[in-house]
This record gives sequence, C-alpha cells and structure tokens, in this order.
Amino acid sequence: MVGITSYGAYVPLYRLSREAIAPGARGEKAICNFDEDSITMAAAAAIDCLTGIDRETVDGLYFATTTSPYKEKSGATIVAMAADIKENALTADFAHSLRAGTSALMSAIDAVKAGSAKKVMVAAADSRLGIPSTPYEQNFGDGAGALLIGDSDVIATIEASYSVYSEIMDLWRADGDTFVRSWEDRFTTTYGYSATVGKAVSGLLKKTGLKPGDFAKVVLYTPDARRSADLAKKLGFDVKAQLQDPFFNAMGNTGTALPLMLLAAALEEAKAGDRILLASYGNGSDALVLQVTDQIAKIKGRRGIKGYLESKKVIDDYKQYLIWRGILPIEPRKETVAFISAPALWRERDANLRLQGVKCQACGTIQYPPQRVCTKCHAKDQFEPYRLSDKKAKIFTFSMDYITYPVLERPVVTSTIDFDGGGRMQCYMTDREDKQVECGLPVEMSFRKLFVKDGIHNYFWKSIPLRT
Amino acid sequence: MDGIKDKVAIVGMGCTNFGELWDKNHKDLVVDACYEAFEDAGIEPKDIQMAWYGSRETGFTGTQLASALKLEYIPITRVENFCAGGTDTFRNACYAVASGVCDIALAVGVEKCKDHYGGFNMDILDPFDRSMVEWELPPASQFAQLATRYMYHYGWKYEDFKRILSMIDVKNHHNGTMSPKAQFRREITIEQAMNAPLISYPLGLFDACGVTDGSAAAIITTPEIAKKMRKDYVLVKALALTNGAGQAVLQPEYNFISIPETVTAAEHAYKEAGITNPRREVDMAIVHDCFSITELMTYEDLQFSPRGKAPQDVEAGTFALDGELPVNTDGGLKCFGHPLSASGLRMIYEVYKQMQGKAGERQLKKVDIGLTHNVGGICGFFNCTVALFGKP
Repeated sequence: MVGITSYGAYVPLYRLSREAIAPGARGEKAICNFDEDSITMAAAAAIDCLTGIDRETVDGLYFATTTSPYKEKSGATIVAMAADIKENALTADFAHSLRAGTSALMSAIDAVKAGSAKKVMVAAADSRLGIPSTPYEQNFGDGAGALLIGDSDVIATIEASYSVYSEIMDLWRADGDTFVRSWEDRFTTTYGYSATVGKAVSGLLKKTGLKPGDFAKVVLYTPDARRSADLAKKLGFDVKAQLQDPFFNAMGNTGTALPLMLLAAALEEAKAGDRILLASYGNGSDALVLQVTDQIAKIKGRRGIKGYLESKKVIDDYKQYLIWRGILPIEPRKETVAFISAPALWRERDANLRLQGVKCQACGTIQYPPQRVCTKCHAKDQFEPYRLSDKKAKIFTFSMDYITYPVLERPVVTSTIDFDGGGRMQCYMTDREDKQVECGLPVEMSFRKLFVKDGIHNYFWKSIPLRT
Repeated sequence: MDGIKDKVAIVGMGCTNFGELWDKNHKDLVVDACYEAFEDAGIEPKDIQMAWYGSRETGFTGTQLASALKLEYIPITRVENFCAGGTDTFRNACYAVASGVCDIALAVGVEKCKDHYGGFNMDILDPFDRSMVEWELPPASQFAQLATRYMYHYGWKYEDFKRILSMIDVKNHHNGTMSPKAQFRREITIEQAMNAPLISYPLGLFDACGVTDGSAAAIITTPEIAKKMRKDYVLVKALALTNGAGQAVLQPEYNFISIPETVTAAEHAYKEAGITNPRREVDMAIVHDCFSITELMTYEDLQFSPRGKAPQDVEAGTFALDGELPVNTDGGLKCFGHPLSASGLRMIYEVYKQMQGKAGERQLKKVDIGLTHNVGGICGFFNCTVALFGKP
C-alpha cells in the first residue's frame, strides 16, 4: 500500500500587504526574506515533514520548482543536504512547469511502487516574480510544501491518478526572463486552467467511477482567488463544503508548491476514511484520488500550513519587497569581496549544509564546526557526527551591526547561541524584530542563503526566534 | 626558564603621523618611520644586521622593507599576526638580539589600509576556510557581542553602561588633543559619544577607533651596546603573546565578559617582569582600545581593576592622564586609528617617549614601568600581546 506517510509545509514569516502594491487590493502575499529562495523554503518544508521521522529511513528526495537559482546544477542535492538525508538516496530536480510538484509526486509514488525506494521526500517550492504593479505580482506568493511517500505507516493511500497534457502559451518565462509573461486572462483561463484541470478531474472520475459527492475534500491548484471555486462548481462539487481553501488572501499563489501545500492543509483537517481529490495545473494536469487512513491520527508536531500561516509579520513597505527581490538595485559592494572556493565548499559540505557538528567520544563535548582535536580533553580524531540543525538554542550574546554587509538588512544581527543539549555556534540571526533580540531568547535554526558570488549561491544556517 | 627581562634595550624609535595618508604608499611610511628611528639612535641603515617587518595589508615578504630602505642582502622576516602584529614583530627582533645572533635589529610595522575601500581588507579566513559561510567577521560585531554580554552579566542598563563607555571615549579624545601624530585631535563630550549613531549595538561611532595608515619602528640592541649609545635607552622587561584556540565558539564556558588571551598574556608578562601588584607597580599602560568595551575589559584582564569593577574605576578617573594609572596617554587607537601591524610599535613609541620625558604636553611625572597591550582577531581566536618596559 503506497501513499503519503507524512506532510510538511513552509510559509515565510513575512507577508506583503497587497494594499502596499495597489491601493484597494485585498489580503497579503507571503514573501521570502532577502536570504530565502526556493531551495531554502523546500528545505524548511522537508524538515517540517520529517518531524518525528528517522531521517536515515528516507532514501529519495525530489525537488520541484520553477525558480531554482541554478539552471545547471542540482537543487535537490542542496535540499537533501539541508534536510540531512543520507548520501545513497535518489535525488532529482523537477522543473520548468507549475505541474512539477505533482510530476515529482507521481514519480515518487512510482518509485516506491516499483521498489526503487522505500521512502521518497517530495519538496516543492516557488518564488515567482510578476511584473511590478501587475495583478500577477499581487497574486504570486512564496512558499513550499513537502510530502513523504512510502509504503508503511501510510496516512493517505494513493487510489488512482489521471493525467492530461496541454500545449498552450498561457504563462511562460523564457530563458533569461525575470518576470512571468502571460496571454490575455480570459483566453488562458478558458482554454488553459479550466479546460485542462476540468479534463483531468472528469477523466479521473470516469476512470474510477467516483462522483463529486464521494469526496470529503477537493484540492485544486488555482491561479487566483476565484478560479478554483468556479471550476469546482462547474465540475459538480459543493464549493463551500468540499473545496480546500487556497489561502489566497493569506499566502497567494505559490506556483509549483501550491497543490502540495493545499494537500497538506487538507490532511491537517482530515480524518480516517476521508477521500481527497487533488489536481494540479501547468501545461496539463495531474489528478489523484487519496484515501485517508487511521494512521492520520499519529501525525503530530508539524507546523504545517496552519502553523506557518499563523506565524507572520506583515510589511507595508513595497520598496523593501522590490529590494529584497533584486528588482530595485542597491549600491554595489566596493570592498574586497572574498571568492568562494569550490573545493572548500565541497570539503565543508557536511558542516555547512547539514549543520553537522561533532561529539567527542572521549569526553562527550559537542563542538561546531567539526574539529580534529577536542577542545576539552584534546583527544585526537575521536568524534562522531552530531546534527545541530534540528536543535533549539538560546542566545548567549549578540550584536546589531549597522554598517556591515549585507546592506539588505539593517541592522545585521550576529548571535552566539548555545544549543539545548550542548554545542555553541556563532551565526547571523534573521527573521527577527530588533526589539525582540536579547540574551536568553530561544531560537531555532533556519537554512538560508548568505550571498551570491560568481554565480555560487552560498547557503548556511542562521538563527531565528522560534516560529510559534 | 630565563625570560627576556633586561636582556634587550630600545635605543631608537620612529613613528609617522597616523591618518588617511592618501598621498603616501607603504614604503613612504616605512622610510619616514625608520629614518626617524635611525636619527634617534644615531645609526645608519647599514648598521642594521637583521630586521623584522610587520604587515598584514601590504605583505609580500621582507623585500618590501629591504627595497624601501635599501637594506642590502640582510635577513628580514615578515610577521603577520593581525592586530598584535606590531608587538610580535618587535618581540621577534628582541629574541634575536637576546640570543646573540645579532647586535642591532630593526622592527618595523606598517599598514596602508586606506588603499582598500573602507580601509580594511575583509578577506580573512577562519574558522570555516574558503567556503565563506562565517559572517564576514565585522570586528565591531565581535566586540559588540562582548559588550552585550558584559552588560547582561553585570545587570547594567544600556544608558548607564553607555555612559561608562563614553567616559573612556572622552578621556582618550582628551589625551589625543596633546598628540601631534594622532589622527583625531579634538575633545568630545559624553553626550556626543552617547548620542552618536550606532555602529554595532551597543557600540556607537565614538566607541570605535578608525582605520588609518601609519608606520612605527624600533631599533633594538643589547643593554651593553645601548649604554654606549645613550643614557635614556629603554629596557624590555617582558614580552608575552597568547593565541586563542577557538574556545569562545567551542566551549560554552567561555563567558564573553573577559578576553582570556589578555588574562593569560598578562600573567605571563607580570611573571617575567617580576610584577606582583600590577595596579600599583605599572605606571602607565597603552592598551588596545579598538573599541571602548575592549579598553574596559582590558582594565580587568590586566588586573588593574577587580572583576566587574572597571566601570567604577572609570567613574573615579583612575585611568585619566592625571589619574592613578594613566591609560592611553597618547589618545590610543581611538585617536590614532588602527593600522594593524603598526599599532603595537606606536604604543611602544609612546611608552619610550614617556620614559625619556619627551611626551610634551601629555608627559607623566613618573614612568618607571610601562605596559603595552594588543588584542586582535575575533572571539575565541584572539591573539594578544602584553609587553613591559622599564628604565635602566
């Protein structure tokens, strides 16, 4: 029996009030902080999904996005490292279509069915840009969803699927384009979204012999606040009772991640026996039937959509958003900027990306970064790896720097933190309000992008106040 | 183990003006500092048998010094030890003279910081190597973290603690007005310091020294030779150097209210010089006030003030020019700025001039024992020097 064994999500802390973009516009959209992107968000969702799960059991990680920072270079491997997935795991990048999230999901299901893997993580994230001041910019939100596919402890079985593809120029970004391009709205809705998702859902119902009334919940990708409701109604569903809220006014359209995030939201509310219909969109549609099992009661401790949506900070500064996304330029750095060495990145990959410290086998002292000689007992080369990324910590001391880089944030907070259970680290602190920073503040670790140099996106961990 | 005490003497010193010296390169600065030292010692460049050249920003071997001074085919070692580089350069030259391998050695420190945008080459490695994931080590943030914890540990309110730090800034600025070679030579008020823009909370503009260009040099020889050269030579009483091993980040016991590298270097130096009561026996100290918090902590780490009591000593004026133990009589890094490898030798220059009674307006009455101190790097990775000097 193959299906979903866990779910997770990530919504950035910051929300931009749509009013800040266009007077009268309603709601908020979730936006990445300056140091976040699809890779960091996918990592956060994967880690949420891994709550209470032995990471050693995960033998695959698929990353889906249309906004990978790299055109040539895997993003999945970075996400896998941040989620501390073992090295002999299947990894793959699914890209170039908003349907990539469910493409990855279908592939993961097939991989587990075929016996190529026992547990495959699917993490989808997007952070797309609409041309400033257009409805697209208002609609797009940033976020990530993650599903763990396996064949034991399944919380929702995959009962059936039906896919169609559709060649149409409705939304596109050519190589080198920063912003999403589109054709006229009524054309794209009628012959793109509605027609295609409608075909997939109808095909699935026909294939399975199920009727709209057989579902507890229908989870539909939607390009905006209205379309999924229009479509659900047309297909014979009871919008109020059955359609999963797309959180359009709280989050926005998170692209590739949206179907997975909305499914996670549906699972948060689901009870054993519920039947769920999921349909994605992007040059076609994948539609799936899921059946919730009694294992759903065992899933606990995730922040999920609900937790992450509640934890937020609304900003009204549109300019700030434009600067964070690189749309408005900032004064370029003139100081000597060090280069990043690829061999050093490779050498330090476990320390930097897995946030792997060491524990001295002789005296038990936990140390970060990893050492050869113990700081305490001076034993040489007697260490075992020790994961710090999932540990909570407290601020021991900090500073708030108003002149250093990156100039994208003022002030830059540096923190020295002590991990619960041992270990100390110095790191930047992000996603915080200045006035909340104090000695003793509880923090957690968040995977972030430090800076980009020579096309290398340098990822590392920062402390953040607990997202509660 | 026999220490360095009374085994070497300084017979000549030179020091350039410190500042944003846009019109001079590092060799100009070296020539200016060294020729002042040669003249002071009454020797010629050709009398130099060995030399040590301290520089971080303008490195590339001892040939930089050789070519500036036309020292022909003598051994020159380049020293790089960050903010402690100047004193370490001096220290190595002293050891060579004490060992008997040479009679007259030259120690020079120089930095041409202001050719770098912002004055500081930030390409510093550690602890993560070239993967560049550590924050870019802004020095202000490192010392600000010490200030934050000191405040928290001793329960200081921000405004009250800021006033203490500002009193240090005001004192150093006052002393700087009497230092012709200093970059900043004007009085400031406590209110100015307290209300200045923040550089790195809790440190503001006047809590930070500038980054400048400059050079200083010393001629070192044996006491026997020194006696024949001049009456007012200065004896080295102790030279201590310690380095951190990452303890601040590796050991949660590291408390951020003290710099252990300074504590241990001071202990070594006092032992070498035979000093048992530093507060009473040391007549003046030039300490590493890269930030006001550094000077405050150093009072405690050098055993001038009891633990946690330095703020009270600041309020009592203990370290003022007319105080019980004057500190940074020349205005310190606050007024001179900090060309890394030159600073240590600039500090020794002040002690040397004070001992010779040539400190002008800022001359102290009694200077039998003088101390210099440098601390450089980041928490856990500081390198620290403490040196003691005395009269013949």
